[in-house]
Amino acid sequence: MSDPAVQTPTIPGSPRGGLFSRVIGDKMALTSIIVFVLVLLSALLAPLLTSWDPSRADLDDVLAPAFGEHILGADGSGRDVLARLLYGGRMSLLGAFIALAVALLVGIPTGLIAGYYQKWFDSISSWSANLIMSMPGLIIVLAVISIIGPRMLSVMAVFGILLSPGVFRLTRNGVQSVRKELYIDAAKVSGVGDISIIARHVLGVVKAPLVIQAAMMAGIAIVLQAGLEFLGVGDSSTTSWGQMLNEAFLNIYVAPLMLIWPGVMIGITVGALAIFGTALRDAVQGTQSLPRARKTGSQEVLPAAIEVVDGALRDRDRRGTLLSVEGLRVGYPRADGDTSIVVDGVDLHINRGEVHGVVGESGSGKSQTAFSIMGLLPTGGRVLSGKIEFDGTEFDAGSAKFLTSIRGNRIGYIPQEPMSNLDPTFTLGSQLVEPMRRHLSLSRAAAKTRALELLDRVGIADPRRTFDAYPHEVSGGMAQRVLIAGAVSCDPELLIADEPTTALDVTVQAEVLDLLRSLQQERSMGVMLVTHNFGVVADLCDRVTVMQNGRVVEHGTVGDIFDAPQHPYTQMLLDSTLEGTPPRAPLATEDAR
Amino acid sequence: MTAPLLNISDVVVDFPMKGFLTKPFRALKGVSLDIAPGETVGLVGESGSGKTTLGRAVLGLAPVTGGSIEFDGVDITHVSTRDRRALSRDIQVVFQDPYSSLNPAMTIGQILEEPLRVAGVGKAAARERIRELLAQVKLPEDSIDRLPRNFSGGQRQRIAIARALALRPRLIVCDEPVSALDLSTQARVLDLMIGIQEDTGVSYLFVSHDLSVVRHISHRVAVMYHGEIVEYGDCAQVTETPVHPYTRKLLMAAPVPNPTEQAARRHERERVLALDDAS
Repeated sequence: MSDPAVQTPTIPGSPRGGLFSRVIGDKMALTSIIVFVLVLLSALLAPLLTSWDPSRADLDDVLAPAFGEHILGADGSGRDVLARLLYGGRMSLLGAFIALAVALLVGIPTGLIAGYYQKWFDSISSWSANLIMSMPGLIIVLAVISIIGPRMLSVMAVFGILLSPGVFRLTRNGVQSVRKELYIDAAKVSGVGDISIIARHVLGVVKAPLVIQAAMMAGIAIVLQAGLEFLGVGDSSTTSWGQMLNEAFLNIYVAPLMLIWPGVMIGITVGALAIFGTALRDAVQGTQSLPRARKTGSQEVLPAAIEVVDGALRDRDRRGTLLSVEGLRVGYPRADGDTSIVVDGVDLHINRGEVHGVVGESGSGKSQTAFSIMGLLPTGGRVLSGKIEFDGTEFDAGSAKFLTSIRGNRIGYIPQEPMSNLDPTFTLGSQLVEPMRRHLSLSRAAAKTRALELLDRVGIADPRRTFDAYPHEVSGGMAQRVLIAGAVSCDPELLIADEPTTALDVTVQAEVLDLLRSLQQERSMGVMLVTHNFGVVADLCDRVTVMQNGRVVEHGTVGDIFDAPQHPYTQMLLDSTLEGTPPRAPLATEDAR
Repeated sequence: MTAPLLNISDVVVDFPMKGFLTKPFRALKGVSLDIAPGETVGLVGESGSGKTTLGRAVLGLAPVTGGSIEFDGVDITHVSTRDRRALSRDIQVVFQDPYSSLNPAMTIGQILEEPLRVAGVGKAAARERIRELLAQVKLPEDSIDRLPRNFSGGQRQRIAIARALALRPRLIVCDEPVSALDLSTQARVLDLMIGIQEDTGVSYLFVSHDLSVVRHISHRVAVMYHGEIVEYGDCAQVTETPVHPYTRKLLMAAPVPNPTEQAARRHERERVLALDDAS
């Protein structure tokens, strides 16, 4: 604990490197980018790639076969197909580009303003976006063509406006999700102007989803333009992939191959855009699966045996043991294929009817220990080794056999965040009744009676009303009481409480602690209480295990730990508590300027 | 008695509620408070008491519907955006959550540079000041080019404090600055803040739900309950011999990290609660 500033721990599993390098590292993304760039270059460099003029018709060459003078043959008017394919790419890609540019130019600024300032501008622009979205796009485009004629680039600009609500919504929602972030407030307090805030802090958040959306929209625009031209509403004097399709269709029985070439170009281009968008989305969301944890090497990193200070407790009467955990190790796979160990050889013994505190700071592995006992580890987490003995039977830690034997009625669980552990779509009552019907085989009516009794027992003033209420209708303290009622409803022998009062106000915390104490005494349950608060430990616990960096550093009775802590870490924790320190003296007047 | 740096009198804050003709929610019901230069006033209360709203009202982030806030003798209740920007030199903020208060995409250097550049400090001078700031909050100099995700919660909060100090403000509103931190980190960050106050003479409006944290750093303490200040006085008086029943309840609800003392406090609390029930 010399200088905490020097160490800069990295968060395990966090993606390394920027978005760009991750996209480049992805084979699919890289291939699709290369393909798209090649298509783009072939259109731009058409004069270098072919000597034929795409619009020069030659009656001698009408429907000339491929691989002759004309590499891909000639069309019904005797024009070179390859040249038309290369030059036609210019028109098709330009049309898509115009549609995209219009959509982004309209959608991004309006989305930023609507999301950031909200109020009337948001109402009006959202309403307009909904209106545009509800209109049938193809019919509008056809109507526009019948008014302004087959000027395809102008038509694509109109199509861009029809695409803009998608961009608008994406931008607006992205902005709304960050405008409440504290760093925006901090920038405001620093005197940063709104435009700089948007440019520096907000735009970055919507950049990635916009690129994804843009890739998809470009594909849609190419297909739509080709479709319109295929239908014959395009300008027949221009060269484009859609026009080629249209003309090839006229000769489909004579030269069916001619339909293939523009089709292939459209397919390749749109496909590359779509794959690029998907790969980029994966890179942004980090959905690539983590490499499987390497099994080798995990054993030899086993550190020196943990130091158990209280030797007397090791030889205690084993008949009293309710839960005994030995050598528990839990790991998470890291992006580089290694495993980061968060619980490292933890031993834990909880006697019947004992309240056992597990204390430590964040990263000590105390919650991970609790989760792994119940088989509730977050995604990726695995029990690497360890034995669990519960009520005299020994299991492998984390094994399915153990979990099925305890789940339901032998171990109850009280979580830290009461609200996120209740399903918002069901009434509190139904969430209490269901486990009881399943595990205690009670009838619906009997389970309801018992649920009402339990709600009354946990100190809820009007059990009937709470029974019928939905989670959002009750306060956090009330929700925690309901969860406690649920946890004890099937008469568990062990109650695991993970920071049960951390999310609660201090006066509510005192009431919940009182409730836990009286429930524990009347049912003589064993309780594993995970907490960072030594006040809570002092209030409730009989014995304490102190954890640091995934290991047990000390365990003993609550009296021993508080009166004579042996391990320097325990001493440091107890010393840093602010409770009971002298209050700061009033500001002396001479100190004030 | 010197003139107060911040003088809040009878401030009312109403939040408009969703829906037509719904009565607005009154978060602050006429709150008065003053802070002297170099003083820390602790603001303690439970969730929904309005303590955070009062801090945000001082920063101009909450809609003040009544009363006045004076800073250094000037009324700042309804200042224009331009004047508010000028005020940012004098009034700064440290938020609770060190994870969302730093833009994850910006390096520490960019984060600390932002307020300096806005205030018109040149690039070289800003660089120099950032070095000073990092030293002041005891972070290594090479932090400049790192991203927030490379730092622990306590270190991030030091960065947030450095950002608040960048323009040498006279008042910092601290909204639960240590609540998200581990116990051992809490004490270190608080002591750092006290040290900075003694060096620079900055005043703190220190908002927290934790009486023991507030007691450690505050010269005076105000207790808030349902949008009102129910008790206000010297730290020792409020936290050791409170007068108001709510303050007493708050004090007794916090568990002491000592089994014997906690048992005594629990019995005392039960006795008081029983008395309350009887009356």
